[in-house]
Amino acid sequence: MTENAVNKGERKNRFWAFFVLGFFALVSITTFAYNEYYIYLSIYLWFGLIYGLALQYGRFCFSSAFRDLFAVGVARMAVGITIAIVLFALVASLVTAQGLSTFHPAPSGIHAVIAGVIFGMGMVIAGGCASGSLYKTGEGNMNALIVVFSISVSQALFVDVGGWANNLVPESWHHSAIAKGLPASINVGDGWMDQYLAGYVWNHPVTTFAKMLGWDNSSALGAIVGNFFLGVLVPSALLLAVVYFVWSRKAFVRKRVKAGQEKMTMLDEVKGYWAMLSASKRTAIAGLVIGVAAGLHMLVLQGARVKFGVKNAGALLERMGFDYGISVNGTVFDPGYWYVTTQEAQWVGWLLQKTTGANYMDNVFFGYVNGIPNPAINPADWMSLATIGGAAIMALLYGEFKFKKPTLELATWAIIGGTLMGIGARLALGCNIGAFFIRVANGDPSGWLFGIGMVPGAYIAVKFFNWWTERKMAKQGFGL
Amino acid sequence: MAMKFEKVNEGNYHLDVTGYVCPHPQIYTKKALERIEPGDVLQVIFDNPSSGESISTMCENTGDEIVDKKKEGGQFIWSIEKC
Repeated sequence: MTENAVNKGERKNRFWAFFVLGFFALVSITTFAYNEYYIYLSIYLWFGLIYGLALQYGRFCFSSAFRDLFAVGVARMAVGITIAIVLFALVASLVTAQGLSTFHPAPSGIHAVIAGVIFGMGMVIAGGCASGSLYKTGEGNMNALIVVFSISVSQALFVDVGGWANNLVPESWHHSAIAKGLPASINVGDGWMDQYLAGYVWNHPVTTFAKMLGWDNSSALGAIVGNFFLGVLVPSALLLAVVYFVWSRKAFVRKRVKAGQEKMTMLDEVKGYWAMLSASKRTAIAGLVIGVAAGLHMLVLQGARVKFGVKNAGALLERMGFDYGISVNGTVFDPGYWYVTTQEAQWVGWLLQKTTGANYMDNVFFGYVNGIPNPAINPADWMSLATIGGAAIMALLYGEFKFKKPTLELATWAIIGGTLMGIGARLALGCNIGAFFIRVANGDPSGWLFGIGMVPGAYIAVKFFNWWTERKMAKQGFGL
Repeated sequence: MAMKFEKVNEGNYHLDVTGYVCPHPQIYTKKALERIEPGDVLQVIFDNPSSGESISTMCENTGDEIVDKKKEGGQFIWSIEKC
Protein backbone atom coordinates (compact mmCIF):
# COMPACT_ATOMS: atom_id res chain seq x y z
CA MET A 1 0.00 0.00 0.00
CA THR A 2 1.27 3.51 -0.79
CA GLU A 3 1.75 6.07 1.99
CA ASN A 4 -1.09 8.11 0.51
CA ALA A 5 -3.47 5.18 0.67
CA VAL A 6 -2.43 4.45 4.28
CA ASN A 7 -3.04 8.09 5.29
CA LYS A 8 -6.39 8.08 3.53
CA GLY A 9 -7.32 4.85 5.32
CA GLU A 10 -6.28 6.32 8.69
CA ARG A 11 -8.29 9.49 8.07
CA LYS A 12 -11.32 7.42 7.13
CA ASN A 13 -10.92 5.31 10.28
CA ARG A 14 -10.62 8.41 12.45
CA PHE A 15 -13.74 9.87 10.85
CA TRP A 16 -15.76 6.74 11.66
CA ALA A 17 -14.36 6.58 15.21
CA PHE A 18 -15.53 10.13 15.89
CA PHE A 19 -18.80 9.43 14.10
CA VAL A 20 -19.56 6.58 16.53
CA LEU A 21 -18.54 8.73 19.50
CA GLY A 22 -20.65 11.62 18.18
CA PHE A 23 -23.63 9.31 17.74
CA PHE A 24 -23.56 8.24 21.38
CA ALA A 25 -23.08 11.84 22.51
CA LEU A 26 -26.06 12.89 20.40
CA VAL A 27 -28.20 10.09 21.87
CA SER A 28 -27.31 11.18 25.39
CA ILE A 29 -27.86 14.89 24.81
CA THR A 30 -31.12 14.65 22.84
CA THR A 31 -32.73 12.08 25.13
CA PHE A 32 -31.73 14.10 28.22
CA ALA A 33 -33.21 17.23 26.64
CA TYR A 34 -36.43 15.27 26.08
CA ASN A 35 -36.62 13.80 29.60
CA GLU A 36 -34.05 13.98 32.39
CA TYR A 37 -34.67 10.35 33.38
CA TYR A 38 -32.74 9.31 30.28
CA ILE A 39 -29.56 10.25 32.12
CA TYR A 40 -30.04 6.94 33.96
CA LEU A 41 -29.80 5.06 30.67
CA SER A 42 -26.89 7.24 29.57
CA ILE A 43 -24.93 6.23 32.67
CA TYR A 44 -25.12 2.66 31.45
CA LEU A 45 -24.23 3.83 27.95
CA TRP A 46 -21.05 5.69 28.89
CA PHE A 47 -19.78 2.98 31.23
CA GLY A 48 -20.53 0.48 28.46
CA LEU A 49 -18.44 2.61 26.10
CA ILE A 50 -15.54 2.64 28.58
CA TYR A 51 -15.76 -1.16 28.89
CA GLY A 52 -15.69 -1.47 25.09
CA LEU A 53 -12.67 0.83 24.75
CA ALA A 54 -10.75 -1.02 27.49
CA LEU A 55 -11.74 -4.52 26.34
CA GLN A 56 -10.50 -3.86 22.81
CA TYR A 57 -7.37 -2.01 23.93
CA GLY A 58 -6.31 -4.89 26.18
CA ARG A 59 -7.84 -7.62 23.95
CA PHE A 60 -9.51 -8.48 27.21
CA CYS A 61 -11.17 -11.85 26.92
CA PHE A 62 -12.05 -14.24 29.74
CA SER A 63 -12.08 -17.13 27.30
CA SER A 64 -8.46 -16.38 26.49
CA ALA A 65 -7.58 -16.32 30.20
CA PHE A 66 -8.67 -19.91 30.73
CA ARG A 67 -8.01 -21.26 27.25
CA ASP A 68 -4.54 -19.90 26.45
CA LEU A 69 -3.10 -21.47 29.59
CA PHE A 70 -4.05 -24.91 28.31
CA ALA A 71 -3.80 -24.26 24.57
CA VAL A 72 -0.50 -22.40 24.21
CA GLY A 73 0.80 -22.05 27.77
CA VAL A 74 0.25 -18.28 27.81
CA ALA A 75 -0.70 -16.75 31.15
CA ARG A 76 -0.99 -13.13 29.96
CA MET A 77 -4.77 -12.86 30.06
CA ALA A 78 -5.23 -14.93 33.22
CA VAL A 79 -2.90 -12.43 34.90
CA GLY A 80 -4.62 -9.38 33.37
CA ILE A 81 -8.05 -10.51 34.42
CA THR A 82 -6.92 -11.30 37.95
CA ILE A 83 -5.42 -7.80 38.18
CA ALA A 84 -8.75 -6.35 37.01
CA ILE A 85 -10.66 -8.43 39.57
CA VAL A 86 -8.40 -7.25 42.41
CA LEU A 87 -8.65 -3.59 41.37
CA PHE A 88 -12.40 -3.79 40.91
CA ALA A 89 -12.70 -5.57 44.26
CA LEU A 90 -10.74 -2.79 45.96
CA VAL A 91 -12.99 -0.05 44.54
CA ALA A 92 -16.12 -2.17 45.15
CA SER A 93 -15.17 -2.79 48.79
CA LEU A 94 -14.76 0.96 49.38
CA VAL A 95 -18.16 1.60 47.76
CA THR A 96 -19.71 -1.22 49.83
CA ALA A 97 -18.17 0.12 53.04
CA GLN A 98 -19.95 3.42 52.35
CA GLY A 99 -23.25 1.52 52.10
CA LEU A 100 -23.61 2.51 48.42
CA SER A 101 -23.17 -0.83 46.70
CA THR A 102 -25.73 -2.02 44.15
CA PHE A 103 -24.45 -5.60 44.37
CA HIS A 104 -26.63 -8.56 45.36
CA PRO A 105 -24.93 -11.94 45.92
CA ALA A 106 -26.30 -15.01 44.15
CA PRO A 107 -27.21 -18.38 45.65
CA SER A 108 -24.10 -20.54 46.12
CA GLY A 109 -24.24 -24.22 45.20
CA ILE A 110 -22.98 -26.96 42.92
CA HIS A 111 -25.19 -25.57 40.14
CA ALA A 112 -22.73 -22.65 39.78
CA VAL A 113 -19.87 -25.13 39.13
CA ILE A 114 -21.91 -27.14 36.59
CA ALA A 115 -22.99 -23.94 34.85
CA GLY A 116 -19.33 -22.87 34.78
CA VAL A 117 -18.31 -26.10 33.04
CA ILE A 118 -20.95 -25.59 30.33
CA PHE A 119 -20.13 -21.90 29.95
CA GLY A 120 -16.38 -22.62 29.91
CA MET A 121 -16.75 -25.13 27.08
CA GLY A 122 -18.99 -22.71 25.20
CA MET A 123 -16.65 -19.73 25.41
CA VAL A 124 -13.66 -21.68 24.09
CA ILE A 125 -15.65 -23.26 21.26
CA ALA A 126 -17.22 -19.91 20.31
CA GLY A 127 -13.83 -18.18 20.26
CA GLY A 128 -14.70 -15.64 22.93
CA CYS A 129 -16.63 -15.10 26.14
CA ALA A 130 -19.81 -13.03 26.40
CA SER A 131 -18.02 -9.70 26.84
CA GLY A 132 -15.25 -10.72 24.43
CA SER A 133 -17.82 -11.38 21.72
CA LEU A 134 -19.22 -7.87 22.16
CA TYR A 135 -15.83 -6.18 21.75
CA LYS A 136 -14.88 -8.42 18.83
CA THR A 137 -18.17 -7.50 17.14
CA GLY A 138 -16.96 -3.91 17.47
CA GLU A 139 -13.77 -4.90 15.62
CA GLY A 140 -15.96 -5.88 12.65
CA ASN A 141 -15.80 -9.59 13.42
CA MET A 142 -19.13 -10.96 12.19
CA ASN A 143 -18.35 -14.34 13.68
CA ALA A 144 -18.50 -12.70 17.11
CA LEU A 145 -21.86 -11.20 16.14
CA ILE A 146 -23.15 -14.74 15.48
CA VAL A 147 -21.94 -15.66 18.97
CA VAL A 148 -23.86 -12.70 20.43
CA PHE A 149 -27.00 -13.79 18.54
CA SER A 150 -26.57 -17.41 19.65
CA ILE A 151 -26.20 -16.38 23.31
CA SER A 152 -29.26 -14.15 22.98
CA VAL A 153 -31.56 -16.65 21.26
CA SER A 154 -30.52 -19.69 23.32
CA GLN A 155 -31.17 -17.84 26.58
CA ALA A 156 -34.57 -16.52 25.53
CA LEU A 157 -35.69 -20.00 24.44
CA PHE A 158 -34.10 -21.79 27.41
CA VAL A 159 -35.81 -19.68 30.08
CA ASP A 160 -39.22 -20.40 28.56
CA VAL A 161 -38.85 -24.10 27.77
CA GLY A 162 -41.75 -26.15 29.13
CA GLY A 163 -43.81 -29.06 27.83
CA TRP A 164 -41.57 -32.14 27.54
CA ALA A 165 -38.88 -30.46 29.65
CA ASN A 166 -41.27 -30.48 32.63
CA ASN A 167 -40.73 -34.25 32.76
CA LEU A 168 -37.08 -33.61 33.63
CA VAL A 169 -37.98 -31.58 36.71
CA PRO A 170 -37.54 -33.46 40.02
CA GLU A 171 -40.71 -33.65 42.10
CA SER A 172 -39.00 -31.81 44.99
CA TRP A 173 -38.20 -28.80 42.75
CA HIS A 174 -41.81 -28.66 41.59
CA HIS A 175 -43.28 -28.66 45.10
CA SER A 176 -40.70 -26.20 46.37
CA ALA A 177 -41.39 -23.83 43.44
CA ILE A 178 -45.15 -23.97 44.00
CA ALA A 179 -44.63 -23.32 47.74
CA LYS A 180 -42.93 -19.98 46.95
CA GLY A 181 -46.39 -18.52 46.22
CA LEU A 182 -45.38 -16.56 43.13
CA PRO A 183 -48.07 -14.60 41.23
CA ALA A 184 -50.38 -16.76 39.10
CA SER A 185 -49.23 -14.98 35.90
CA ILE A 186 -45.79 -16.59 36.26
CA ASN A 187 -47.23 -20.12 36.28
CA VAL A 188 -44.17 -21.30 38.20
CA GLY A 189 -45.18 -24.99 38.14
CA ASP A 190 -44.72 -25.03 34.37
CA GLY A 191 -41.28 -24.69 32.76
CA TRP A 192 -37.91 -26.24 33.50
CA MET A 193 -36.08 -23.02 34.31
CA ASP A 194 -38.88 -21.68 36.52
CA GLN A 195 -38.79 -24.78 38.70
CA TYR A 196 -34.99 -24.90 38.62
CA LEU A 197 -34.85 -21.30 39.87
CA ALA A 198 -37.75 -21.17 42.34
CA GLY A 199 -37.60 -24.82 43.43
CA TYR A 200 -33.82 -25.40 43.55
CA VAL A 201 -31.50 -22.39 43.15
CA TRP A 202 -33.40 -20.05 45.47
CA ASN A 203 -33.14 -22.64 48.25
CA HIS A 204 -29.36 -22.21 48.34
CA PRO A 205 -27.60 -19.85 50.73
CA VAL A 206 -26.90 -16.30 49.58
CA THR A 207 -23.76 -15.08 51.27
CA THR A 208 -20.47 -13.21 51.07
CA PHE A 209 -17.08 -13.84 52.66
CA ALA A 210 -17.86 -11.07 55.17
CA LYS A 211 -21.12 -12.72 56.21
CA MET A 212 -19.46 -16.13 56.49
CA LEU A 213 -16.99 -14.60 58.95
CA GLY A 214 -19.84 -13.10 60.95
CA TRP A 215 -19.20 -9.50 59.86
CA ASP A 216 -21.66 -6.97 58.51
CA ASN A 217 -21.25 -6.89 54.73
CA SER A 218 -21.31 -3.09 54.52
CA SER A 219 -19.01 -2.46 57.47
CA ALA A 220 -15.41 -1.47 56.78
CA LEU A 221 -14.25 -4.74 58.41
CA GLY A 222 -16.64 -6.89 56.38
CA ALA A 223 -16.21 -5.14 53.03
CA ILE A 224 -12.47 -4.49 53.13
CA VAL A 225 -11.05 -7.31 55.27
CA GLY A 226 -13.70 -10.00 54.65
CA ASN A 227 -14.72 -9.47 51.04
CA PHE A 228 -11.66 -7.76 49.56
CA PHE A 229 -8.69 -9.09 51.48
CA LEU A 230 -9.78 -12.63 52.35
CA GLY A 231 -12.32 -13.15 49.56
CA VAL A 232 -10.34 -11.69 46.66
CA LEU A 233 -6.76 -10.59 47.32
CA VAL A 234 -5.51 -13.71 49.12
CA PRO A 235 -7.10 -16.27 46.73
CA SER A 236 -6.02 -14.18 43.70
CA ALA A 237 -2.40 -14.03 44.91
CA LEU A 238 -2.43 -17.79 45.49
CA LEU A 239 -4.01 -18.43 42.12
CA LEU A 240 -1.35 -16.30 40.42
CA ALA A 241 1.34 -18.19 42.34
CA VAL A 242 -0.01 -21.43 40.82
CA VAL A 243 -0.04 -19.83 37.36
CA TYR A 244 3.56 -18.66 37.93
CA PHE A 245 4.90 -22.05 39.01
CA VAL A 246 3.00 -24.09 36.40
CA TRP A 247 3.23 -21.81 33.35
CA SER A 248 5.35 -18.65 33.69
CA ARG A 249 8.36 -19.69 35.77
CA LYS A 250 9.84 -21.92 33.08
CA ALA A 251 10.28 -19.02 30.65
CA PHE A 252 11.73 -16.79 33.39
CA VAL A 253 14.27 -19.46 34.39
CA ARG A 254 15.18 -20.13 30.73
CA LYS A 255 15.96 -16.44 30.18
CA ARG A 256 18.15 -16.39 33.29
CA VAL A 257 20.01 -19.50 32.23
CA LYS A 258 20.63 -17.88 28.86
CA ALA A 259 22.10 -14.89 30.71
CA GLY A 260 24.36 -17.24 32.71
CA GLN A 261 22.41 -17.09 36.00
CA GLU A 262 21.34 -20.61 36.88
CA LYS A 263 20.57 -20.46 40.61
CA MET A 264 17.11 -19.20 41.64
CA THR A 265 16.94 -17.52 45.04
CA MET A 266 13.73 -16.55 46.85
CA LEU A 267 14.25 -12.97 45.68
CA ASP A 268 14.55 -14.22 42.09
CA GLU A 269 11.23 -16.04 42.48
CA VAL A 270 9.62 -12.78 43.60
CA LYS A 271 11.20 -11.04 40.61
CA GLY A 272 9.82 -13.76 38.33
CA TYR A 273 6.36 -13.37 39.88
CA TRP A 274 6.53 -9.61 39.33
CA ALA A 275 7.78 -10.08 35.76
CA MET A 276 4.69 -12.19 35.11
CA LEU A 277 2.39 -9.50 36.57
CA SER A 278 3.97 -6.74 34.52
CA ALA A 279 4.51 -8.74 31.30
CA SER A 280 1.72 -7.17 29.30
CA LYS A 281 1.28 -3.48 30.00
CA ARG A 282 -1.62 -3.28 27.58
CA THR A 283 -3.60 -5.94 29.40
CA ALA A 284 -2.70 -4.50 32.81
CA ILE A 285 -3.81 -0.99 31.76
CA ALA A 286 -7.10 -2.43 30.48
CA GLY A 287 -7.48 -4.31 33.77
CA LEU A 288 -6.90 -1.09 35.70
CA VAL A 289 -9.45 0.89 33.66
CA ILE A 290 -12.08 -1.87 33.80
CA GLY A 291 -11.55 -2.46 37.50
CA VAL A 292 -11.90 1.20 38.44
CA ALA A 293 -14.76 1.84 35.97
CA ALA A 294 -16.74 -1.16 37.20
CA GLY A 295 -16.47 0.10 40.78
CA LEU A 296 -17.43 3.67 39.87
CA HIS A 297 -20.32 2.35 37.77
CA MET A 298 -21.93 0.96 40.94
CA LEU A 299 -21.39 4.23 42.79
CA VAL A 300 -22.77 6.48 40.04
CA LEU A 301 -25.81 4.25 39.44
CA GLN A 302 -26.62 4.21 43.13
CA GLY A 303 -26.32 8.01 43.15
CA ALA A 304 -28.82 8.21 40.27
CA ARG A 305 -31.22 5.92 42.12
CA VAL A 306 -31.05 8.11 45.20
CA LYS A 307 -31.53 11.26 43.10
CA PHE A 308 -34.61 9.91 41.34
CA GLY A 309 -35.94 8.08 44.43
CA VAL A 310 -36.12 4.67 42.74
CA LYS A 311 -34.66 1.24 43.38
CA ASN A 312 -35.05 -0.01 39.84
CA ALA A 313 -35.27 1.48 36.34
CA GLY A 314 -38.74 -0.06 35.94
CA ALA A 315 -40.17 2.82 37.99
CA LEU A 316 -38.43 5.37 35.76
CA LEU A 317 -39.67 3.71 32.57
CA GLU A 318 -43.21 3.78 33.93
CA ARG A 319 -42.85 7.46 34.82
CA MET A 320 -41.74 8.04 31.22
CA GLY A 321 -44.86 6.29 29.98
CA PHE A 322 -43.31 2.94 29.00
CA ASP A 323 -45.21 0.12 30.66
CA TYR A 324 -44.74 -2.65 28.09
CA GLY A 325 -42.62 -5.58 29.20
CA ILE A 326 -42.25 -4.52 32.82
CA SER A 327 -42.19 -7.44 35.25
CA VAL A 328 -45.02 -8.28 37.62
CA ASN A 329 -42.90 -6.70 40.38
CA GLY A 330 -42.67 -3.43 38.44
CA THR A 331 -39.00 -4.06 37.64
CA VAL A 332 -36.82 -4.39 34.56
CA PHE A 333 -33.27 -5.67 34.37
CA ASP A 334 -31.22 -2.97 36.09
CA PRO A 335 -28.22 -4.62 37.75
CA GLY A 336 -26.52 -1.39 38.76
CA TYR A 337 -23.21 -2.69 37.47
CA TRP A 338 -21.60 -4.37 34.45
CA TYR A 339 -23.58 -7.24 33.01
CA VAL A 340 -23.80 -8.79 29.57
CA THR A 341 -26.11 -11.72 28.98
CA THR A 342 -29.48 -10.92 30.56
CA GLN A 343 -30.06 -7.95 28.27
CA GLU A 344 -29.16 -10.16 25.31
CA ALA A 345 -31.94 -12.57 26.29
CA GLN A 346 -34.34 -9.68 26.81
CA TRP A 347 -34.27 -8.24 23.31
CA VAL A 348 -34.99 -11.68 21.84
CA GLY A 349 -37.79 -12.25 24.38
CA TRP A 350 -39.24 -8.86 23.42
CA LEU A 351 -38.92 -9.64 19.70
CA LEU A 352 -40.48 -13.10 20.02
CA GLN A 353 -43.43 -11.82 22.04
CA LYS A 354 -43.98 -8.95 19.61
CA THR A 355 -43.73 -11.05 16.45
CA THR A 356 -45.26 -14.38 17.47
CA GLY A 357 -47.82 -13.12 19.98
CA ALA A 358 -46.70 -15.88 22.39
CA ASN A 359 -46.48 -14.96 26.06
CA TYR A 360 -42.84 -14.66 27.15
CA MET A 361 -43.74 -13.07 30.48
CA ASP A 362 -45.12 -16.24 32.09
CA ASN A 363 -41.74 -17.26 33.46
CA VAL A 364 -39.60 -16.22 36.42
CA PHE A 365 -36.69 -14.83 34.39
CA PHE A 366 -38.66 -12.38 32.26
CA GLY A 367 -42.04 -12.07 33.97
CA TYR A 368 -41.03 -12.00 37.63
CA VAL A 369 -37.58 -10.38 37.58
CA ASN A 370 -36.20 -8.79 34.41
CA GLY A 371 -39.09 -7.98 32.10
CA ILE A 372 -38.80 -7.56 28.34
CA PRO A 373 -38.88 -3.81 27.74
CA ASN A 374 -38.40 -2.40 24.26
CA PRO A 375 -34.62 -2.69 23.59
CA ALA A 376 -34.60 0.98 22.57
CA ILE A 377 -35.28 1.99 26.20
CA ASN A 378 -33.65 -0.97 27.97
CA PRO A 379 -30.82 0.49 30.12
CA ALA A 380 -28.62 -2.62 29.91
CA ASP A 381 -29.06 -2.82 26.13
CA TRP A 382 -27.71 0.73 25.92
CA MET A 383 -24.66 -0.55 27.79
CA SER A 384 -24.09 -3.49 25.44
CA LEU A 385 -24.51 -1.41 22.27
CA ALA A 386 -22.08 1.16 23.66
CA THR A 387 -19.60 -1.61 24.49
CA ILE A 388 -19.65 -2.64 20.82
CA GLY A 389 -19.33 1.03 19.86
CA GLY A 390 -16.45 1.66 22.26
CA ALA A 391 -14.57 -1.33 20.88
CA ALA A 392 -15.22 -0.10 17.34
CA ILE A 393 -13.79 3.34 18.22
CA MET A 394 -10.62 1.81 19.66
CA ALA A 395 -10.21 -0.66 16.78
CA LEU A 396 -10.69 2.14 14.21
CA LEU A 397 -8.15 4.39 15.93
CA TYR A 398 -5.55 1.60 16.07
CA GLY A 399 -6.20 0.45 12.49
CA GLU A 400 -7.52 -2.91 13.70
CA PHE A 401 -11.08 -2.62 12.48
CA LYS A 402 -11.70 -5.14 9.76
CA PHE A 403 -15.04 -6.39 8.53
CA LYS A 404 -14.72 -10.17 8.65
CA LYS A 405 -17.29 -12.49 7.12
CA PRO A 406 -17.74 -15.77 8.98
CA THR A 407 -16.83 -19.04 7.33
CA LEU A 408 -19.07 -22.09 7.65
CA GLU A 409 -16.61 -23.74 10.05
CA LEU A 410 -16.36 -20.73 12.35
CA ALA A 411 -20.09 -20.00 12.19
CA THR A 412 -20.74 -23.58 13.32
CA TRP A 413 -18.42 -23.13 16.33
CA ALA A 414 -20.03 -19.76 17.03
CA ILE A 415 -23.54 -21.22 17.14
CA ILE A 416 -22.57 -24.25 19.25
CA GLY A 417 -20.38 -22.22 21.61
CA GLY A 418 -22.87 -19.36 21.86
CA THR A 419 -25.69 -21.76 22.70
CA LEU A 420 -23.64 -23.45 25.42
CA MET A 421 -22.76 -20.03 26.85
CA GLY A 422 -26.43 -19.02 26.78
CA ILE A 423 -27.46 -22.14 28.69
CA GLY A 424 -24.54 -21.87 31.13
CA ALA A 425 -25.28 -18.20 31.76
CA ARG A 426 -28.89 -18.86 32.65
CA LEU A 427 -28.03 -21.80 34.92
CA ALA A 428 -25.53 -19.59 36.76
CA LEU A 429 -27.67 -16.45 36.63
CA GLY A 430 -24.91 -14.67 34.71
CA CYS A 431 -21.92 -14.98 32.41
CA ASN A 432 -18.17 -14.46 32.79
CA ILE A 433 -18.98 -10.88 33.85
CA GLY A 434 -22.18 -11.15 35.92
CA ALA A 435 -21.56 -14.59 37.42
CA PHE A 436 -17.76 -14.46 37.70
CA PHE A 437 -16.05 -11.07 37.49
CA ILE A 438 -18.67 -9.07 39.41
CA ARG A 439 -19.42 -11.76 42.02
CA VAL A 440 -15.82 -12.67 42.77
CA ALA A 441 -14.88 -9.00 43.12
CA ASN A 442 -17.76 -8.39 45.53
CA GLY A 443 -16.86 -11.24 47.86
CA ASP A 444 -19.59 -13.63 46.67
CA PRO A 445 -18.32 -17.25 46.86
CA SER A 446 -20.68 -18.29 44.03
CA GLY A 447 -18.39 -16.31 41.68
CA TRP A 448 -15.42 -18.52 42.57
CA LEU A 449 -17.63 -21.62 42.15
CA PHE A 450 -18.52 -20.52 38.60
CA GLY A 451 -14.82 -19.84 37.91
CA ILE A 452 -13.83 -23.27 39.22
CA GLY A 453 -16.32 -24.79 36.77
CA MET A 454 -14.97 -22.78 33.83
CA VAL A 455 -11.50 -24.38 34.24
CA PRO A 456 -12.45 -27.99 33.30
CA GLY A 457 -14.95 -26.64 30.75
CA ALA A 458 -12.21 -24.69 28.97
CA TYR A 459 -9.79 -27.63 29.28
CA ILE A 460 -12.21 -30.07 27.61
CA ALA A 461 -12.85 -27.64 24.74
CA VAL A 462 -9.10 -27.01 24.26
CA LYS A 463 -8.50 -30.78 24.08
CA PHE A 464 -11.19 -30.96 21.41
CA PHE A 465 -9.63 -28.14 19.38
CA ASN A 466 -6.20 -29.72 19.71
CA TRP A 467 -7.59 -32.86 18.14
CA TRP A 468 -9.39 -30.84 15.47
CA THR A 469 -6.33 -28.79 14.45
CA GLU A 470 -4.07 -31.89 14.43
CA ARG A 471 -6.54 -33.44 12.02
CA LYS A 472 -6.47 -30.40 9.73
CA MET A 473 -2.67 -30.21 9.80
CA ALA A 474 -2.47 -33.89 8.90
CA LYS A 475 -4.81 -33.30 5.97
CA GLN A 476 -2.25 -30.83 4.54
CA GLY A 477 0.49 -33.42 4.82
CA PHE A 478 1.94 -32.25 8.14
CA GLY A 479 0.79 -34.97 10.51
CA LEU A 480 2.98 -35.71 13.52
CA MET B 1 -10.92 -18.96 4.05
CA ALA B 2 -9.43 -22.30 4.99
CA MET B 3 -6.19 -22.67 6.90
CA LYS B 4 -3.14 -23.12 4.66
CA PHE B 5 0.22 -24.45 5.87
CA GLU B 6 2.98 -25.08 3.35
CA LYS B 7 6.72 -25.28 2.91
CA VAL B 8 7.82 -22.39 0.66
CA ASN B 9 11.45 -23.52 0.30
CA GLU B 10 14.17 -25.05 2.49
CA GLY B 11 13.85 -23.50 5.97
CA ASN B 12 10.87 -21.32 5.12
CA TYR B 13 7.25 -22.12 5.91
CA HIS B 14 4.02 -20.24 5.40
CA LEU B 15 0.90 -20.40 7.58
CA ASP B 16 -2.20 -18.49 6.50
CA VAL B 17 -4.94 -18.34 9.11
CA THR B 18 -6.65 -15.22 7.79
CA GLY B 19 -10.31 -15.10 8.76
CA TYR B 20 -9.81 -17.33 11.78
CA VAL B 21 -10.74 -16.13 15.24
CA CYS B 22 -9.43 -17.23 18.66
CA PRO B 23 -8.15 -19.72 19.51
CA HIS B 24 -7.38 -21.07 16.03
CA PRO B 25 -4.52 -18.73 14.90
CA GLN B 26 -2.46 -19.32 18.05
CA ILE B 27 -3.11 -23.08 18.13
CA TYR B 28 -2.18 -23.44 14.44
CA THR B 29 0.94 -21.33 14.99
CA LYS B 30 1.98 -23.52 17.92
CA LYS B 31 1.41 -26.67 15.92
CA ALA B 32 3.22 -25.30 12.86
CA LEU B 33 6.24 -24.38 15.03
CA GLU B 34 6.24 -27.93 16.44
CA ARG B 35 6.56 -29.23 12.88
CA ILE B 36 9.57 -27.19 11.73
CA GLU B 37 13.26 -27.40 12.64
CA PRO B 38 15.27 -24.95 14.82
CA GLY B 39 16.47 -22.09 12.62
CA ASP B 40 13.56 -22.43 10.22
CA VAL B 41 11.34 -19.40 9.71
CA LEU B 42 7.56 -19.52 9.83
CA GLN B 43 5.60 -16.70 8.26
CA VAL B 44 2.16 -16.39 9.86
CA ILE B 45 -0.63 -14.33 8.32
CA PHE B 46 -3.63 -13.60 10.54
CA ASP B 47 -6.22 -10.88 11.06
CA ASN B 48 -7.45 -11.54 14.58
CA PRO B 49 -5.75 -8.87 16.73
CA SER B 50 -6.06 -10.72 20.06
CA SER B 51 -4.28 -13.78 18.63
CA GLY B 52 -1.22 -11.58 18.10
CA GLU B 53 -0.94 -10.99 21.84
CA SER B 54 -1.06 -14.73 22.52
CA ILE B 55 1.43 -15.61 19.76
CA SER B 56 3.82 -12.93 20.96
CA THR B 57 3.76 -14.17 24.57
CA MET B 58 3.96 -17.79 23.45
CA CYS B 59 7.17 -17.04 21.50
CA GLU B 60 8.61 -15.15 24.45
CA ASN B 61 7.98 -18.22 26.62
CA THR B 62 9.42 -20.75 24.19
CA GLY B 63 12.33 -18.61 23.03
CA ASP B 64 11.19 -18.55 19.40
CA GLU B 65 11.99 -15.14 17.94
CA ILE B 66 9.56 -12.92 16.06
CA VAL B 67 12.00 -11.47 13.51
CA ASP B 68 9.55 -9.38 11.54
CA LYS B 69 6.12 -7.84 12.18
CA LYS B 70 4.07 -6.16 9.48
CA LYS B 71 0.52 -4.78 9.60
CA GLU B 72 -1.41 -4.13 6.41
CA GLY B 73 -5.08 -3.10 6.43
CA GLY B 74 -6.08 -5.06 9.52
CA GLN B 75 -3.88 -8.03 8.51
CA PHE B 76 -0.80 -9.09 10.47
CA ILE B 77 2.20 -10.73 8.79
CA TRP B 78 4.72 -12.05 11.29
CA SER B 79 7.90 -14.04 10.71
CA ILE B 80 8.96 -16.35 13.54
CA GLU B 81 12.35 -18.04 13.74
CA LYS B 82 12.22 -21.27 15.70
CA CYS B 83 14.87 -21.53 18.42
